[in-house]
Amino acid sequence: MTNPSTHPFLQVENLARAYPSPTGHDAVTVFDHVNFRIHKGEFVCVTGHSGCGKSTILNILAGLDSASAGNVFMDGREVSGPSLDRGVIFQSHALMPWLSVLENVSFAVKSRWPSWHKSKIRDHAMRYIELVGLKGAEHKKPSQLSGGMKQRVGIARAFSIEPKMLLMDEPFGALDALTRGVIQDELLKICAETQQTVFMITHDVDEAILLSDKIMLMSNGPHARIAEIVNNTLPRPRERSAIHKQPHYYPIRNHLVDFLVSRSKQFGALRDAPDAPSSPTVFDPEDLIEAEIDPVVHLPPVGKPHIHLVNA
Amino acid sequence: MKTKLTLSQKAGLLSLGLLAVILLVWQLATLPDTHAAAANVDPEYAALMGGGAAKAASSFPTPGAMAQTVWDRLSHPFYDNGPNDKGIGIQLAYSLARVLGGFALAAIVAIPLGFAIGNSRVVYQAINPYVQLLKPISPLAWMPLALYTIKDASASAIFVIFICSLWPMLINTAHGVANVRKDWLDVSRTLEVNPLRKAFRVILPAAAPTILTGMRISMGIAWLVIVAAEMLVGGTGIGYFVWNEWNNLSLTNVLFAIFMIGVVGMALDSIFGVLAKRVAYQE
Repeated sequence: MTNPSTHPFLQVENLARAYPSPTGHDAVTVFDHVNFRIHKGEFVCVTGHSGCGKSTILNILAGLDSASAGNVFMDGREVSGPSLDRGVIFQSHALMPWLSVLENVSFAVKSRWPSWHKSKIRDHAMRYIELVGLKGAEHKKPSQLSGGMKQRVGIARAFSIEPKMLLMDEPFGALDALTRGVIQDELLKICAETQQTVFMITHDVDEAILLSDKIMLMSNGPHARIAEIVNNTLPRPRERSAIHKQPHYYPIRNHLVDFLVSRSKQFGALRDAPDAPSSPTVFDPEDLIEAEIDPVVHLPPVGKPHIHLVNA
Repeated sequence: MKTKLTLSQKAGLLSLGLLAVILLVWQLATLPDTHAAAANVDPEYAALMGGGAAKAASSFPTPGAMAQTVWDRLSHPFYDNGPNDKGIGIQLAYSLARVLGGFALAAIVAIPLGFAIGNSRVVYQAINPYVQLLKPISPLAWMPLALYTIKDASASAIFVIFICSLWPMLINTAHGVANVRKDWLDVSRTLEVNPLRKAFRVILPAAAPTILTGMRISMGIAWLVIVAAEMLVGGTGIGYFVWNEWNNLSLTNVLFAIFMIGVVGMALDSIFGVLAKRVAYQE
């Protein structure tokens, strides 16, 4: 394995996005100084309150939106527009309602490999439809499917183009808890099989812990940033039914919830201090257990490389 | 025992009842009032006209006479005895040919242009004032200009149909294209779909229901306008037929023509209804 810290797969540098204010001159900066790296095969979740610009960051990574400042590099090349290298799963599933399940997936496959023969496209699409458990429903229209099944088609479509990276914007946000659980399990399985690199936005702390290798926490906007990064070292394969018995589970969960409830607001004041850290604070589960026992939070020393690769 | 009727059976019965009432009122209103007619007619005029003077008072046909005319005309729809006496099928065919010609030309112009307008805010804003100005003009107002420039009556009628079909298709296409859901466009962007494929595989199917609604409205207007246009240009067509029969004082034929205009209009509309169903999608 090459040393991942020298060759991050995705590198985001000083990303910022400002919108012109509705009243006139002063632009509103939603987020700025956003820096992070994602390594190949890593599953990264981002969470934070509404309005911190998570979706905008995802859209910039997808090439659908552009940043006001900063750069995104993937595989050493700058991201300047949408690309088949980055598959997107939209919250609203974004299936084309006039096409059947198979046609929706085939549309993506044909976009990826335009020279492929019809039957090859079909077989390839069917493989991914089977992967998400929709065999038998391939000729149905999206309107005939439940919300969970639609999102599965979205997943099949995104995986079918075999992207180098998968971007997911709250993919399960609109689903009921039971369906969400089932699809999370499937996603976990597929990602394990394909070693997919994933960047996912979620509001669900448990979802983040179940799926991710790394959880990025964003402070509240305006001027939002990635305030903290938590390395999620819970061993894989993970089981929904057993994960909460892991010793590190509750420390991580409490840390995340505490951040969302209180620290995300305070960060805004902190960041204007002259000695404010320019890179996010990184937590390992071991730190968090200490913090549980000892009320004094042990922050890692400033200047420590802000990416930890733990059993990647 | 009371048997339950379905909704459509009830509606059918009610429709038949209404028809019976209309026919009865019609029959009663057109009963030959020989007494009154004889009393009102000037004896000298009656002498000049023979039996015609008394009959003129009830030249509005009875349902029975009407049915006879409908039967006669529909059993020989395609005879041609010179310019003033052609079968109803021939007249309708002329009108339909003009409508379809003008409509097709309008579709060829309006749908691509609507795509361009719907795709670009700049083009939309540039063209919008012209559309707003030209849209409310009665298509018949173009007739003198068309006659002067084209110098052909039949082609002028087609031009008038073209003009009146243009606007609903143009506006609906632009509207449909401009309102394609951003998600679908984002999907095609992330899949790096080329512009032509995007236009035909994403935008066109997404906007098709709106475009088809525009086409349906256009066809409805075109069928309304062709009657008036043919009354002006004359020669052939259902509009000319109506005017000609008015000049012949044959109200029976006028009524028959009105009925046929309705039937054909309904058929055209239901064709577009079927097409609309085929391109419809449920989100």
